[in-house]
Amino acid sequence: MSDFMRQPLDHAAANAPPWLTDIVSAGRTRWEASSMPTRKTEQWKYTSLQHLQGSYAAANDGQVELAAAGLELPDLGGFRLVFVNGHFCPDSSDTELPEGVSLVRFADASDSQADTIREYLGLAVGRDQPLFTALNEAALEEGVFIDISPDISVEQPLVIAWLTANQDQAFGVSQRMLVMAGRGSRASVIEYFDSASGAQDSFTNGVTELLLKESATLNHCRLHLEQANAVHIGRVHAQLSSHATLKSFHCALGSVMKRLDLVVDHVGQGAHSELNGIYLPREREHIDYHTCTEHRVPNCSSSEIFRGIIEDEASAVFNGRIHIHENAQKTRAELNNRNLLTSAQAEVNTKPELEIYADDVQCAHGATVAQLDQESLHYLRSRGIARDEATVMLSFGFINEVIDSVSCEAVAEHLRGLLSERFAKDPALRAHRI
Amino acid sequence: MLTIENLHASVEGTDILKGLNLTVKPGEVHAIMGPNGSGKSTLGHVLAGRPGYAVTAGSATFKGQNLFELETEERALLGLFLAFQYPVEIPGVSNMEFLKAAVDAQRSQRGEAPLDTVSFMKTARETCKAVDLDPSFLKRGVNEGFSGGEKKRNELLQMMMLQPVLGILDETDSGLDIDALQVVANGVNSMRSPDRAFVMVTHYQRLLDFIEPDFVHVLAGGRIVRSGDKALALELEERGYAWLEDEVA
Repeated sequence: MSDFMRQPLDHAAANAPPWLTDIVSAGRTRWEASSMPTRKTEQWKYTSLQHLQGSYAAANDGQVELAAAGLELPDLGGFRLVFVNGHFCPDSSDTELPEGVSLVRFADASDSQADTIREYLGLAVGRDQPLFTALNEAALEEGVFIDISPDISVEQPLVIAWLTANQDQAFGVSQRMLVMAGRGSRASVIEYFDSASGAQDSFTNGVTELLLKESATLNHCRLHLEQANAVHIGRVHAQLSSHATLKSFHCALGSVMKRLDLVVDHVGQGAHSELNGIYLPREREHIDYHTCTEHRVPNCSSSEIFRGIIEDEASAVFNGRIHIHENAQKTRAELNNRNLLTSAQAEVNTKPELEIYADDVQCAHGATVAQLDQESLHYLRSRGIARDEATVMLSFGFINEVIDSVSCEAVAEHLRGLLSERFAKDPALRAHRI
Repeated sequence: MLTIENLHASVEGTDILKGLNLTVKPGEVHAIMGPNGSGKSTLGHVLAGRPGYAVTAGSATFKGQNLFELETEERALLGLFLAFQYPVEIPGVSNMEFLKAAVDAQRSQRGEAPLDTVSFMKTARETCKAVDLDPSFLKRGVNEGFSGGEKKRNELLQMMMLQPVLGILDETDSGLDIDALQVVANGVNSMRSPDRAFVMVTHYQRLLDFIEPDFVHVLAGGRIVRSGDKALALELEERGYAWLEDEVA
């Protein structure tokens, strides 16, 4: 195996909390016994790992101040926990947790808390651990465990920010989160990833696991706003017990490479999931979403909408799989992916994958790649709106439809502001937001 | 205001307009009637600059400018407004933002600052009331999920907000019940002024009971084959178009 992560792995081996060391060591053994995927590996056919060819140091020890690092966090309301370069930032984090929520940092876990984390960590990912999850564990020093008590309804979102600041050399870091939504609970968790501007090389390898107990409702948002050379390979695995509801929203803006695997596993009858997302690479950026919806039991439903706008010479991959197991009768599953290419050099590879082994199911899927609708463009222009502005309005409208589905209004508002600015490089072109 | 001379236009290689002449002066209301496929809608699209509609000969001068040298949005900013027969649905773009962008574009053309949001909203809500459209439609996507009649009223809403000098109504009456027709007619009549003109493309004489035209033209085979006053519309209502087509042929 390539040893581009040797330093972070050595650092984790020496510095991980004692209760994690066997997990770290098992991860390393597995990682080192494997070989790097190539373009011939089906899962990595359209995404090159060439950006990981250098050598990454461990993140510098010690806390980084947000302001000093040129980092800014939007106010998304609710409780906030901040990490920079893998290190906890107490100064930027809240301390008062909402009632019924317990939150433990891995580096700070008591023996009994560590026992609980060990019981559930890796459960949603499952036994067939993906390669980069092995690497995640091999470099694991810090993480977050959120436990939402049964029947508790938490109004304010829990915001976990994982930020990347510049340091003197390229560095690699693992991000990890485990959320346990207790029986009948309701809560919102927002994962917010961002980086300081500038060309810092960094590699974040994230794994988030969401365990939804019976009848739990979890609103989840994961925003990837890292820029420039901040590479991210991440995955989210959600496991839904009976009658649980997951609403998960994803947004990725570009950096040189982002690869995100999202797995929603329906293991209890009557579970329902909504998985939506947008990806917006431009210049030479690359974003790859692989999603997989597993229906293992009868009477579950899932819906999935992903939309991408690919600009300039950017590229994107969307691979959406629905797997309906043999006894998952009465499943209703739908998947829709639409892509807008705004330049002749932009590229997207989209592939819906259906594997259906049950016979009494409703399943719909579709994927399209297109340019801006000329009829809509003409309509706007026929009212005196200039072509450039009309283009911005239509591009924004294309993803605004998905943003409307975000259950957390603060996130939706933040994204609308951020994205309308992004599309309208000239402020005059976004003068009409109301 | 608008002078069309010997206009020939084609769509996907098929000639539709074949030598159309029409002069519209400020303050006038013209009705253009004619059988299906005679080129009525094509006329509106060609004047608005819809992609795919090619002008092969002839000219159109609007407020002294060669219309066909102008981009679609430039024509709109000069005061030309086409109320579409089939307005497109644009989910994700709110009706309100769309309207404000259009109003501000007009203001910018006149050298005025963008309208502040409060004044804009006030005007938009009042205009909604005038066209009998619930203000909640302002928050929806442009025409998204609107019924046929709601779409037509949304076109009228835009026209009233934009106050064009020339309104071209492409079968705005089709698919409307009598109450909705009255609303549309009231809207148009309220806008009639010595400086403004309307061209109404319609199948039915019915609309002309509500909006009285100064001139009625019959379009057949891509040309205006007969012009007259309101009496011509009544004659068409009685006799249909066949006799005219026969006469032309």
